[in-house]
Amino acid sequence: MAMCPLLAQWGNLRDGADMSLELKQIGVIAQKEFWDRIRNRWVVAVTAIFIFFALVIAYFGASQQGVVGFSSIELTIASLVSLAIYLVPLIALILGYDAIVGERERGSLDLILALPVTRLELLLGKYIGLSAALTFSTVAGFGLVGLFLSYQINLESLTRYAGFMFSTVLMGMAFLSLSLLISVFANNKTIASGTAIALWFFYVLIYDLILLGILVVTEGQLGGDLFPYLLLLNPADIFRILNIFSLEQVKTLYGLATVFPEALANPWLLSTAMLFWVVAPLGLAYWKFK
Amino acid sequence: MEKNIIEVSHVAKRYGEIAAVEDANLSIRRGEIFSLIGHNGAGKSTLFKMMLGLLQPDRGSIRIRGKKIAGSEFRQIRRHIGYLPENVVFYDHLSGLETLRFLGALKGADLNECMPLLRQAGLERAAHRPVRGYSKGMRQRLGFAQALLGDPELLFLDEPTTGLDPAGIREFYSFLQQLRERNVTIILSSHNLAQIQDHVDRIALMKLGNIVTTGSVQQLREQLDLPLEFQVTLQSEGKSRLRDTLSTFPDSEVRFSNATAHIRCNRKQKMALLTTLTSLPGVDDITIQEPSLEDLFLGYVPPPRPVGQPPGRC
Repeated sequence: MAMCPLLAQWGNLRDGADMSLELKQIGVIAQKEFWDRIRNRWVVAVTAIFIFFALVIAYFGASQQGVVGFSSIELTIASLVSLAIYLVPLIALILGYDAIVGERERGSLDLILALPVTRLELLLGKYIGLSAALTFSTVAGFGLVGLFLSYQINLESLTRYAGFMFSTVLMGMAFLSLSLLISVFANNKTIASGTAIALWFFYVLIYDLILLGILVVTEGQLGGDLFPYLLLLNPADIFRILNIFSLEQVKTLYGLATVFPEALANPWLLSTAMLFWVVAPLGLAYWKFK
Repeated sequence: MEKNIIEVSHVAKRYGEIAAVEDANLSIRRGEIFSLIGHNGAGKSTLFKMMLGLLQPDRGSIRIRGKKIAGSEFRQIRRHIGYLPENVVFYDHLSGLETLRFLGALKGADLNECMPLLRQAGLERAAHRPVRGYSKGMRQRLGFAQALLGDPELLFLDEPTTGLDPAGIREFYSFLQQLRERNVTIILSSHNLAQIQDHVDRIALMKLGNIVTTGSVQQLREQLDLPLEFQVTLQSEGKSRLRDTLSTFPDSEVRFSNATAHIRCNRKQKMALLTTLTSLPGVDDITIQEPSLEDLFLGYVPPPRPVGQPPGRC
């Protein structure tokens, strides 16, 4: 049985909860979560949504300018970024909000936890399984469109498109992590779903408006220097910055690029910030769940 | 091998202001069928969950096979524990077989035993059907089958016969006896006292978070000393003779219904009364009824008095 020795040792030191980690248990739970999403056609539906919107955007994205058809990969990615920012967090939050609270409300949580499964394994198994489903849909959906476009673009553009897909997956995982946090804290599914939707509104629609509002009202006196760092407190903004700064052609189209320092726009730094958004909510969820 | 498989020592658990379990002490012997009984809210489920490691006690300790129910050692013990929760819930989209395979994989059980377990539970033909189509009784059978995964040495069964038909209940208790013969310890919680009284070795009676008493049904009868009931079938002339005879048993009470006399008497007078009755002319038949588990339960835990009724003898 695979077990992390350090964690096992920690488990022996503590008198309370079992802190050891059996990878097999995580695998069993993750596998069930993933196959559940395949069986109930969630993966197919989300993949189809991604394909449909990505194709529409790739071909009709520039129709307002009187142009129809694929124009350039940079403009396509920029349009897809706008789409992904709305769609992916919503899908991730809907996917994970009932992961724990649903089991608790149904009454199946006690049955699972009476087995040789720790709460950490359950949480990680759920997260990995749901992440796999979301990643599969994202890669399949946007990947198929990428494949479709590949005959019109060169290798460099294809790499950029792959980078976009990777960052989309990361953003999805960050919001999935937040949804599991909601699921652990919520007393029932209704509260969990309401909180998930509220969180989506906050991060996707309101957060930037609040920041910009403060900047405009105070004429940059309040929070001007903090502004770029405050953007890192929103995984959707990190995703946006990650993609915008890698695209020279569209960088200037976004006001964001003018206020965000180049030094902070390092893809590694931004990816690390995104990873923080994956790990931190999950860690907090475990702390509460424990 | 230690005699007691579970040791509960001064365990307490509160939910805010409410003391669910106040100071529970309990020893459960290996290979016995043990039952926890009590009113709703007496603390049975909380104690059950603490013994399963689903809740941590605020105070006291619980040991299973001499080990604390926490940490990585308990994980190994859990592989040998089966649990059937009250109102068991499964994943509706999974079939019975898939359910057992999933739970069996988590328990580290041999997955080849899933189908035989379903067969044993009478679910062989429904093995590949989604659980959403199962009746309440079928779900309960599946719940019992999953509790048996991994050949457990300790079984926790919470209201195990809910939803089962009479034949299913009989089958269930007969299987429980087979398990006991294999030295499996069974702890069950049930409100159906009439059902369990002939099948359990010992009982713990809980009231307001405390264990009021523990023992076999017979021990509890002796402890509480509730009156016995003799049912005597009489010939027509027997009634007056019986009245005369009972005058020598001052503590006895008699009530007649048609040709049957119902005599309640002190346990200590049992043999003397029996001897007298057997030699009494006009007696056709004698049946002695011991107090039922329900009588014992109500003796130990009387139902709350209706508002306004003064205290005193009932």
